[in-house]
Amino acid sequence: MMYSYYPGCTLKTKAQDLERFALISAQVLGIELAEQQDWQCCGAVYPLAEDEIAGKLSAVRSLAAAHSKGEKLITLCAACHHVIKRVNADMYSNEFVRKRVNNYLQLPKNYNGEAKVLHYLELLRDDVGFSKLAEQVRMPLTGRKIGAYYGCLLLRPSNVMNFDDAENPSILEDFITALGATAVKYPFRTECCGGYLTVNDQEANEMAANIINSAIGLEVEEILTACPLCKYNLEKELGTNTKVRIVYFTELLAEALAIK
Amino acid sequence: MIRVKITPNNKQSQLQYIREISGVNINKCIQCTKCSAGCPASARMDILPHEIIRLLQLGQVEKIFHSKSIWNCASCFVCTERCPRNIDIARLIEAIRLTIIRQPGKSKFKPDDVPGIIDDKMPQQVLVSGFRKYNR
Ligand code: SF4
Ligand code: SF4
Repeated sequence: MMYSYYPGCTLKTKAQDLERFALISAQVLGIELAEQQDWQCCGAVYPLAEDEIAGKLSAVRSLAAAHSKGEKLITLCAACHHVIKRVNADMYSNEFVRKRVNNYLQLPKNYNGEAKVLHYLELLRDDVGFSKLAEQVRMPLTGRKIGAYYGCLLLRPSNVMNFDDAENPSILEDFITALGATAVKYPFRTECCGGYLTVNDQEANEMAANIINSAIGLEVEEILTACPLCKYNLEKELGTNTKVRIVYFTELLAEALAIK
Repeated sequence: MIRVKITPNNKQSQLQYIREISGVNINKCIQCTKCSAGCPASARMDILPHEIIRLLQLGQVEKIFHSKSIWNCASCFVCTERCPRNIDIARLIEAIRLTIIRQPGKSKFKPDDVPGIIDDKMPQQVLVSGFRKYNR
């Protein structure tokens, strides 16, 4: 099946591994991801103020382009996914935003939130299926204790993100299980790592520390993430501690498919 | 619940602005404190999320403008997710931040601050979100 693919700025620079392993894995799984032409940075944070229109334009350009091709839009970075999904919801249900964005963009056809946005993990769960994925695993990660780290942006607010149960999600654990590893649920797996506070409040790293300690407490050896910012914050807090490693979910996928 | 005196104040226009750009109806809050209980940044907040709402209800925006809470909120959406009255607290706190940083010279994170925090592992996403959150 053919999909439109939105990479985002960080995947082309500091988070190349997140993208590289996703793309080679997709090939093996028979998923065709066509990178969109002329995509623009999503802005990294969803503009929460009702009157902010400009910050939503780049997401709409990508959404409208995918829709005009009749393809679902696939994202990889948790932050890009959050922005694009929420902007899409605005375009669907918020008349104030829809009208101003369409007036500004003057697309060949008005865009009204019709496109479907899927995070790569949702693509694996809903379109490929975790049982089908498990059949393709050639090097099962048997015996490895892996803790899923969800963070905020994929899950909340759940009425828009519709990703999984916001308080007790399971998609990443199901993914880990499909790869043959042992999924360990630890208490802080849906807590915030501090996010952008890292530019403003150096003490915010205690939020990352709570997550790491919670995972180490249950003997997690690898923490799985889909977000470059979470990875950065967690690794910064970890410093030289080698008890646990922070990995992109796509790296483990490629490993289990024996293509890393 | 915090005890505060209702005092006539001259901040009505700012309050109106916050209501408008957040689209949030603060009167629906029943002060259940669920938002504050789940807030991961509460340790570094002088005024807790439910107290922010109470102060807004009472028109005491000045106290909130001077609090560090609004700058230490991570927009993690836990409060928004859990509020039994469907109040989008994260959006409300964003509106309060914007009421300040939309004024000339009031940006909290400036290009000059970048050399002080950057390292070679920092993803682009950090700087983009930092500027989007704290700069206009
Ligand atoms: S959770 Fe909602 S109703 Fe309860 S105190 Fe917070 S804002 Fe008010
Ligand atoms: S969005 Fe802000 S106020 Fe709400 S729970 Fe998260 S850090 Fe606390």
